[in-house]
Amino acid sequence: MSINATLIGQMITFTLLVWFTMQYVWPPLIEALDERKKKISEGLAAAEKGQEDVKLAEKKAIKYLKEAKAESANIIALAQKRANEVVEESKGTAKLEGERMIESAKAQIEQEIQQAKETLRKEVSSLALKAAEQILQEEVDKAKHKEIISKVSKQLG
Amino acid sequence: MASEGGTTGYIVHHLTPLSVGEGFWTLHLDTLFFSAALGALFIWFFKSVADKVTTGVPGLAQNFAEMMIEFVDQQVKDTFHGQSKLIAPLGLTIFCWVFLWNMMDLLPVDLLSLISSLMGIEYLRVVPSTDLNATFALSISVFILIIFYSIKIKGVLGFAKEMTCTPFGPWMMPFNLLLKTVEEIAKPISLALRLFGNLYAGELIFILIALLPAFLQPLLSFPWAIFHILIIVLQAFIFMVLTIVYLSMAHEDH
Repeated sequence: MSINATLIGQMITFTLLVWFTMQYVWPPLIEALDERKKKISEGLAAAEKGQEDVKLAEKKAIKYLKEAKAESANIIALAQKRANEVVEESKGTAKLEGERMIESAKAQIEQEIQQAKETLRKEVSSLALKAAEQILQEEVDKAKHKEIISKVSKQLG
Repeated sequence: MASEGGTTGYIVHHLTPLSVGEGFWTLHLDTLFFSAALGALFIWFFKSVADKVTTGVPGLAQNFAEMMIEFVDQQVKDTFHGQSKLIAPLGLTIFCWVFLWNMMDLLPVDLLSLISSLMGIEYLRVVPSTDLNATFALSISVFILIIFYSIKIKGVLGFAKEMTCTPFGPWMMPFNLLLKTVEEIAKPISLALRLFGNLYAGELIFILIALLPAFLQPLLSFPWAIFHILIIVLQAFIFMVLTIVYLSMAHEDH
């Protein structure tokens, strides 16, 4: 149990070991650890940012949805209004058309009545003329009695 | 397993190192060989991890190495407040090396000496920490570093002032010097003797248990081995922490 040259040998071995560890072992490992720490913290930050983004996007989506809803409601209201207008318009047109048709029918009827009347009057006046000829037994000179004939026919009209 | 020479002969045989040379120039070949081999194991493991280190998902070996590194790094950060490229790797080397030394203690006491005796080697002591040379080599290296950093940080004058003017002021100079010298010298001696004493005693008890009848041996060696698992880690840890503490004290300017 004595101190001897083994001590020196052990010190040399120890020095070499420490030197080697310092040079080739510690730096790459501690660097890797730091690097990973950085990576993890970056990842966490990114995740947090992502979550924030999602929240923002959700808010935006809700906003857009609201806008779209409002717009669609607006469009529907406009369309309804327009439809009402169209209905009203066509109602008015139809009414006018109807009235016009009634009007024209009435005019036609009137015309036909007039025509019938005219025909009747002519027939009546010729009949009256024939009757008068018969009564007088002679030809009525149309030119001579023109005045009378027209008077009578006017009364018949 | 008592060989010729009886119980005492067996114990002495187990505690005699394989040595060559005379007087001071004696070399304990077993201590040198096993500590170098264990150092090579330590270097090989960490170097192989460092070579293919990844910042991604670490493998089993890298995970273990990182655990050790972070453990040592945390110890250094807790006690040492400064910048030093040396202290943390030094702590890692001391912890792992001393732990591997001590771990040799858990091998059956007769196994390696039996193998070596078959190979024609008469004496073999496999636990480097039961050799005072090994523990003192570590502690004296640490002591040299303490002195080196004390002078480097505080300057020769600052170091001289600290040695002579504390703790009782300049008027008590000789007394201060004596006190501080004892304090400084006590550091490497306590470091080396603590490790040596614990492991030597542990090994001795293993040897004593090995002398008992075979049916009694497991009953005693098993609990002692379990207890020793604690001792070997603890002693390695204490050596590392005290080294860090001493070196951070050397870095502090009063």
